[in-house]
Formats: sequence, C-alpha cells, structure tokens
Amino acid sequence: MIALPGDMRVRLVTALILVVAISQLQTIPVAATVLAAAVTVAVMSGIGGKAWLRMLHVETFMILLFVTLPFTVPGRAVLTIGPFDASAEGFTRAAVIACKVSASVLTIVVFLGSVEAMRLGAALHSLRVPEPIVRLFVLTVRYLSVIGGEARRLQEAMRARAFRPGSNRHTWRSYGNLVGMLLVRALDRAQRVEEAMLCRGFSGRFPWQKPPRLSRSEMGFMALATTAAVLITAADRL
Amino acid sequence: MSDPISLSDVTVERDGAAVLRDISFALGASERLAIVGPNGAGKTTLLRTIAGLERAKAGRVTLFGKDCGSEADFRMARPRIGFLFQDSDDQLFCPTVAEDVAFGPLNTGCTSEEAFARASEVLGTLGIDHLGDRIIHKLSGGEKRLVCLAGLLAMRPDVLLLDEPTNGVDTENGARLRDRLRAFGGAMILVSHDDGFVADMANRALVLEGGRLRAAEIHEHPHMHSHAHVHTLPEGA
Repeated sequence: MIALPGDMRVRLVTALILVVAISQLQTIPVAATVLAAAVTVAVMSGIGGKAWLRMLHVETFMILLFVTLPFTVPGRAVLTIGPFDASAEGFTRAAVIACKVSASVLTIVVFLGSVEAMRLGAALHSLRVPEPIVRLFVLTVRYLSVIGGEARRLQEAMRARAFRPGSNRHTWRSYGNLVGMLLVRALDRAQRVEEAMLCRGFSGRFPWQKPPRLSRSEMGFMALATTAAVLITAADRL
Repeated sequence: MSDPISLSDVTVERDGAAVLRDISFALGASERLAIVGPNGAGKTTLLRTIAGLERAKAGRVTLFGKDCGSEADFRMARPRIGFLFQDSDDQLFCPTVAEDVAFGPLNTGCTSEEAFARASEVLGTLGIDHLGDRIIHKLSGGEKRLVCLAGLLAMRPDVLLLDEPTNGVDTENGARLRDRLRAFGGAMILVSHDDGFVADMANRALVLEGGRLRAAEIHEHPHMHSHAHVHTLPEGA
C-alpha cells in the first residue's frame, strides 16, 4: 500500500502536474511505460472495484478511437476494408491517446478518487482559485444529492400514477413539467439557503479557514512528482 | 430591560393579499411561546418577519429594544436570534458538520480557533460530538436537525425561533433535542404541530388563524377514548 499525502492542495497540484505532463506525450514506448506505472501505483494504493469499473467507461470510449482514427489519419495502409484504408500511423496515434487518457484518469482516480468532492473547496480556495468559482463548486456538490433526491421522488410519484414514458407528446410534456418543477424548486431552495446564511450573520464574505503550512514531506512529495513529470517529458522528446 | 421581541400592529402582504393582519405581541426574556394554527395560517411568515426576511407592510417590529425597518437594522439583530428553518437542508450548506457549526461564529468575528472550539463545545452539549468530521449530506434527518440547532447555539443567541423543530426527528435524537432546548436559557418561539412537544416545552401559547393572532392556553387533561388496534397474530393462528 502507498500512503498519499493527506493535504488536498498537495494532491490537487500533484495530480495536475502529472496529468499535464502525461497529456503532452507523443511516443508509444513512453506512453505505455507511464500507463504501466500508473496501473502499478493504482493497484498498490488499493483503489476500489468501483474505480476500476469507472475505468471501463473510459476504455469503452477508447474503442471509438481505434475504430475511427486509423481510417482518418493519412499514412501507410496496413488494412483495407472495402474502399477504406486503415493506416499504421492512425493505429499508433490511437494507441498513444488511449495510453495517455487511461494513465491520466488513473492518476486522477488515485489522487482524488477517494476524496469527498466537498473537501476540495478549501483546497481550491487556498490555491487562489477565484472565490465565486469555489463557492459555486462547493454548493453544487452539496446540493446535487438534494436536488437529485427531489428529481427521484417526483419521478417515482409519476410512476405511482401509472406514468410510462414513451416517445409521445404526453411524455415530453410531462418531462418538461418535471424539469420545470425541479428548476423552480432549486431556485426556491437557493433563496432559502441564502436567507439561512443571512440569519447566521453572513455578509457576503465567506469565512474560509486559514490552511495549514505544508510539511517537508509534502513538499518532497510534490518535488518528486515534478521530477517524474520532467523525466517522462524528456524521455518522450529526446 | 426591554423585551427581546415585540411586534405591534404588524401586517405582512404577499402578492397583494394580507398574510398577517395586525399582529401584536411581545416575547419576554425567558418566555417560551408556542404558536399553533392550521397549515397556511402564516406561522412561518411570522417567524420570517421577526428575522427580517419578510418586511412588514405596516406596523413595527422591535428587536432588543430597537425598531427594525431596514436590512441593516435586522443584520445587527440577527446574530442574537437563532432561526431554525423547516428544512434542514436549507440551513446546512457546508461540507462537514464542524465547518457548518463554526460558520455563524466566524461571521460574527470569532477567530478560526474560537469558532471551532465553540462548535465542538456545542456539539458536545447536544451529545453529537462524534459527528464533527462527518460529511453533512450523509447524515440522517434527525442528526441534521441537531446539527442545525448546534449551528444556531454556537452563535449564543438570546432568542430561538424554531419552525417545526421535531420534523423528521427520530425518538433518540428527539430526546437530545428536547434536553438541549430545555437547558436553553433564553426566550423561544416555537411553531410545531407536535402537541406533546409544545406542551412539554412552552409556557405560553398563541393561536394563529387566518393571519390573526389569538390568546390560547396550554392545558392537559385525560381523555376517555376508544380506538381500533392492530395486533400481530400469534404464530400459527
């Protein structure tokens, strides 16, 4: 098992550095090596079965690349289906992209997958992300499940009154009403949330906590990640 | 000392129709006033008017001896009034329990340490200090209610306005809620359909009906009654 730093800022920055480096790779050997490394780290840090299942969604999208790119990238033909030629360069490009995307997603899953999205707010704020964006993010995450619950209950109530969706006018009108109702309720709720904040003395400035200083080992961790990022970039380009 | 809250001839309109009509009453410093009435009678509107979330069309709202008319007036008074909303999800917007409870004190100028010390103290008095680090949207309804109350108590208010405090609260958390409210030293206005809770908590009652306030009394008497029962059948019957 690998122990990752607990500080969200370190995790965010490290993941960002690595993903930026990975996204710039151009050669298959380096991209494949990075993917292998990412898989190893993911296995060792013990990401759950749910996370691997999520990877499956990503890989499904990758199939699309292998189907389309060989036929659209010009180059030496290696496969002919009817009037269409598949190029070796196209396969290579698809493979590089697949490796990079998989490795990036794994990196993000390892660093942030197990983190409650809500806990990222303070980290984003201390990394100088503009406050309105952070607040939007945090409140969206907080109320997503509430509004999702409302949507579910409304839908269940529709089903309980024998509603069966089809492709007809009645269905579209009903779904329109459902979405409209959700919007109206969300607006009302936003109003009430603001009022509740006012009642507790909120005056427009959010009282963020001061983040703790980074420890030496956390700085070391980021330095290590940066070195890895530089190394893979160098190996790829030289 | 003047009464914490007093209203005189307050009328509140919504969409041109009066929701509250000529409301007058005063709440003493340690009074526990229950306001009862049918749905839609204007109970929540009354609480919102006191907190300045709804403006009176006519009449005077006086909080802690000061006439309040503008947002600035109410803003001054709000930290001394803890308003418990009907829906806990409206009130709890922070990621974790401790952060949410510390939100009020941070707004009123406490340092981060003070605010979080207050938060853990209040959570302790409610018997839910184990919830401090929990993510709010994963709490049960009863736990959310207690956390809401903790967020208000952390501001050390002189008055509590409670809108259906026992809504969606299970027996165990309900007991914690009652214990803590009984220990609260200030004044209280409570709006509730839970008659047992009202009888238990309030020492004065008013009835709000059709936007008008009338005096009422809380009394207790035994009822002779008969009603249908459902029992499980013995095994094999």
